[in-house]
Amino acid sequence: MHGRPRKAPKPEDEAASAAKAQKLRALQTQFFSFHHDQIYTKEAVELSAKLLEINPESYTAWNYRKLAVEHYLSQPECDPDSVKSVLDDELKVVESALRQNFKSYGAWHHRKWVLSKGHSSINHELRLLDKFQKADSRNFHAWNYRRFVAELMNRSEQDELKYTEDMIYTNFSNYSAWHNRSVLLSALLEKKAEGFLLKENVLPEEYEFIHQAIFTDPDDQSGWFYNLWLLDQTVTTDSPLLVSTWPTCGSDVLIMGDGCQNGSFSPFTTLLSDSGSFPIILYFNQPVEGVNSSTVTIECGFDKNGYLHWEPLSVSNSQAAQVWVAHLKFPTPELDSSVEVRVGHSKGIISTRGFQYCHPSTFSFNVHVQHVERDSFQVSVAESILWREENFKIYRAQSEESIPIASFDQLCIKNGHESTASNWRTEALAKEIECFRELLSLMDCKIGKLTLARLLMAYDAMSFPFATKLVHSEEVLELYNDLMKLDPTHHRYYKDEHSLVLLQKMTSSKESLLQHCFQYKDSVSSVIGNLICLRLNNLSLSRIGAFEKLLWVQMLDLSHNELQSIEGLEAMQLLSWLGLGNNKLGSVTALEPLRKLKSLRVLDISYNQIGDHSIDTTRYLCSSPLSHSVGSELNKDETAIIDAALVNYLEAFYMLKDLNLNQLDIVGNTIADETFKSALVKIMPTLKRLDGKVLD
Amino acid sequence: MDDIPPYPPIDPTTFDLIVIGTGLPGSIIAAAASTASKSVLHIDPNPFYGSHFSSLPLADLPSFLSSHSTSPSPPRSVSSEEHHDFSLLGLAARPIYSSIDISSFSPDLIDQFSRKFILDVAGPRVFFCADKSIELILNTGANQYMEFKSIDATFVGDSKGNLLNVPDSRAAIFKDKSLGLMEKNLLMRFFKLVQGHLADEQDVKISDEDLQSPFVDFLNKMGLPPKIKSFILYAIAMADYDQEDTGVCGDLLKTKDGIDQLALYNASIGRFQNASGALLYPIYGQGELSQAFCRRAAVKGCVYVLRMPVSALLVDKDTGCYKGVRLASGQDIFSQKLILDPTFKVTLPSGSSPSPPLQAKLPFFSPKDDRGKVVRGICITKTSLKPDMSNFLVVYPPRSLFPEQVTSIRLLQIASNLAVCPPGMFVLYISALCNDDDQGKKLIHAVTKTLLTVPPPINSESSAAVQIKTAESGCAVQDETAESGSTGPSDPGEGKPTLLWSALYSQELTLGQVDFICSTPMPDGKLNYDDLIDAAVKLFKEIYPEDEFFPQTSSENREDDGDGDAFPET
Repeated sequence: MHGRPRKAPKPEDEAASAAKAQKLRALQTQFFSFHHDQIYTKEAVELSAKLLEINPESYTAWNYRKLAVEHYLSQPECDPDSVKSVLDDELKVVESALRQNFKSYGAWHHRKWVLSKGHSSINHELRLLDKFQKADSRNFHAWNYRRFVAELMNRSEQDELKYTEDMIYTNFSNYSAWHNRSVLLSALLEKKAEGFLLKENVLPEEYEFIHQAIFTDPDDQSGWFYNLWLLDQTVTTDSPLLVSTWPTCGSDVLIMGDGCQNGSFSPFTTLLSDSGSFPIILYFNQPVEGVNSSTVTIECGFDKNGYLHWEPLSVSNSQAAQVWVAHLKFPTPELDSSVEVRVGHSKGIISTRGFQYCHPSTFSFNVHVQHVERDSFQVSVAESILWREENFKIYRAQSEESIPIASFDQLCIKNGHESTASNWRTEALAKEIECFRELLSLMDCKIGKLTLARLLMAYDAMSFPFATKLVHSEEVLELYNDLMKLDPTHHRYYKDEHSLVLLQKMTSSKESLLQHCFQYKDSVSSVIGNLICLRLNNLSLSRIGAFEKLLWVQMLDLSHNELQSIEGLEAMQLLSWLGLGNNKLGSVTALEPLRKLKSLRVLDISYNQIGDHSIDTTRYLCSSPLSHSVGSELNKDETAIIDAALVNYLEAFYMLKDLNLNQLDIVGNTIADETFKSALVKIMPTLKRLDGKVLD
Repeated sequence: MDDIPPYPPIDPTTFDLIVIGTGLPGSIIAAAASTASKSVLHIDPNPFYGSHFSSLPLADLPSFLSSHSTSPSPPRSVSSEEHHDFSLLGLAARPIYSSIDISSFSPDLIDQFSRKFILDVAGPRVFFCADKSIELILNTGANQYMEFKSIDATFVGDSKGNLLNVPDSRAAIFKDKSLGLMEKNLLMRFFKLVQGHLADEQDVKISDEDLQSPFVDFLNKMGLPPKIKSFILYAIAMADYDQEDTGVCGDLLKTKDGIDQLALYNASIGRFQNASGALLYPIYGQGELSQAFCRRAAVKGCVYVLRMPVSALLVDKDTGCYKGVRLASGQDIFSQKLILDPTFKVTLPSGSSPSPPLQAKLPFFSPKDDRGKVVRGICITKTSLKPDMSNFLVVYPPRSLFPEQVTSIRLLQIASNLAVCPPGMFVLYISALCNDDDQGKKLIHAVTKTLLTVPPPINSESSAAVQIKTAESGCAVQDETAESGSTGPSDPGEGKPTLLWSALYSQELTLGQVDFICSTPMPDGKLNYDDLIDAAVKLFKEIYPEDEFFPQTSSENREDDGDGDAFPET
């Protein structure tokens, strides 16, 4: 079935297939006329059987047979015996069709349909399956059907597991069998069946089992897939966890500072806001649903109402997201108040896998609002930002100053997430690491290196929650560097992973993070002078991550990297100034995450590759604005603005219309010609500066 | 000799070829010559087919062995009657087997079933699914007379009685419980290297230098641990001699040959759909093979006469050239060519001096013996050596049982589903190469001691056996008692199968020879028939250089290799 070379057809074969096609066409014509006239006579039904025997792919013929069966069953003279014989006839037709092509979707589906009627003997099905699975043990249609039959028969998962194991022993290069094993184990674990009560008892045996396959033949991919599934089972806690928040627990937040630093307020927690509200961000370790005013409650001095609208931050408009945001309005007068946020004290936050959030946690912070004249604020944020080297000064932190990541440890520890239960996870990972180091000592193995890199990162993440310590990051970076050389085909993936690890490493401690913190100062600006700019420029990053530790950032310099995507950036809700110049962003749609950044005012996307390619390939890779999210939001008023000038830039329009930018630099992109620039001015009425030029 | 049945006269009296002895090489040559349209007379003094390659009922085995063990009964007087054209050269059996030791520990049970055991004289022997003999069987259509079953597994044994599964395929390596992860990786990578080399993949070619080096050095170079090396050398490549000790090793395997053996093994696995492993065994025993070729020959017109001793060869008085044979019936049959069983020895007629040309030839015609001997043992038990397994091979690599063991010992357990013994009983065939009988006996005893409980002997052996013991190896019994006694305390033998009956004998390794008379080889010490088939082909080419050895008739007649029906299981 596999690995058999295809032979060129001989002339006589071609003649035979022409004759077959001729016959088939005649049959088909006849069949369609019966179907059209809804004729279900014996002769007509037999004709369809003949057709299916030659061409099992004829869906219409299968559907016709279903109609014929329904027609027959609805006849008044139909008794149980004849029902059974009619259905048995169907099974025979399916069987002969499968003999012709055992990978025919239509045939297998028809068989399921007949079986679902519940009049046929199921025992025969397993025998049939044995035959097909013997002929080709990797036929996933047969495996699919097997799961269906096993469920219909109430065959125990244990029996099926045994069967799957036997198949694996016969030949372990079998994705279908390994997959079936993962399905069965998941079911047994969920049921907490006898012997499958605890993951920690089941998984080690599975690791042992898969190691046999991986070590025997590391070139076989099916085993690695199962190993990846096991790794996922080990690393992922069932119940979702809250990893970080903004404001952080115990922090003092100064809102609308006027530029002069007073008291002990850290520039890390000073926020400029022109909307009369400030965001509260919840960052979970996996996408969750059900974050709302009843699952997350707020207690504060100024908003007695306590109702907050929580919004999922996901680009795909789904109701599940890893990051949730709500905007808390504050009264105009100056204010000092503490806010307490209680997460998950009532049930309702559920992971996409269906597990409840079950670590209720509370965090509180103090808010200090300082009123600033509206006008002066407007001016200050409209000031021109020049992403010039001389405008950045290394930030010297005051000793007692709390940088948000340091203070966050507390929340994690309070979570105390499965502290005892997670021991086995760490142990399992440590064992795996040892095992794959051994494999790599024997041979150079790409997927082995990748797995080791993943294991080491998972191990660090598990041993040191919130990645405050990355013991293995250097080794992991080295592994990805190796992989980029060894396996150029997947260079981009390794590069992305390398970037993520690098970011994890840079954000892992206060010290390393401070090395990237700068103070922006230029000759004219005043207000933002006291703010911290996180500069992650010139690092040849191709992807960004570690957002859970960067929620506080308002000014971010990512210039001179190799970014092709800024996926995940939507989590950084406080961002007002963003530098993305000199990267490899290839399309306007790559900017989609920015649409969620309501406070973004200054954006530099100069010298990217927007417009280089006439076809936007990211649209096929990621969720596209045109496919769902934006198109649906479009209302009549907006369509009215789309005049002739904008028609050519629909994507740019959808992407940028919601941004409240004051300053945009787009020079150095293919798309940025004069027509486009004039269109931009129309799309974004708030724009004050474009490519350094002040707009009227 | 009075009860010799009256022999019917044979007609015609002239043939192209006379073959004496229905052993495998003789039968193949008879079939090949018949296929090449030669007229062939195939004679065997025994009442059964197969000669030293036969499978005999237990009751008949001792007498067959002993009849070929002692110096022959005085050659029948053939010289009395002088022929005016020919000189007569007497034919006598020469001793082939020695140190025959047959012991019965449960005489009642064995007597009851003695006709139900069909024992291979030249065991243990198997087929590799892709070896030359299977090719020949398929090519000649001899497969229509035989049925095969797969040998379930191969094990490597040690002195503690453990049997370690030999991981001989990807699936077996994966499943194996005794190999560590590193070992699995190393072994599979080695297999892949060999497969890549055989598939002519450019980047995995084994260098010529390596191919010419000793296989064991190559395995060392690949970093394989001792256990795996031992699996590959002795249980897959089936090396006979200790490969690590070049001083003793009689036969150092070259990498090239080692790789060829691995290729054979690899091609054997999965060749036939209903054969799970690499090895096959014929239902009803190995004797079926010779018989199949005889039937094949008979179909092509070969004349068969069993129970027909040959008393003398007829040679030209003047030239000393072979002319024909004189049968025990007294009839003279003439042929151009003669193929002789290796068990005959040519004697000069007493009181007559051979003609000068013959005198010049005779000294050269004496069957040549290979260096050393092969020792064979047959044991019968009521319990399998391995629970839930019936038919399997066990290899004891050199030095695995005792330090002085320089050759591999192979053991084949065959169960009743191969129709060679009653249900619930098992036959074990053991063999090893040895220099002399004492060394050979030590090898076999080391295996039986490790695997079986040997009860004290009961003095009710068949008279033949007793006779042999007293005559030839009276000390054997004492040896064995002493040995089994001494192992008693340290090795309780609990759970070990009990030995019910055993035969032990040492066999000469006679090579085939081509001279003014051609003779076929004796069964060799190998596990399969390939060397013997080569020898038969060589002999055939020698006597019929112009003719093709089994010309391929038409490819359509051959059954497709992928079709598992070639060897339907019963």
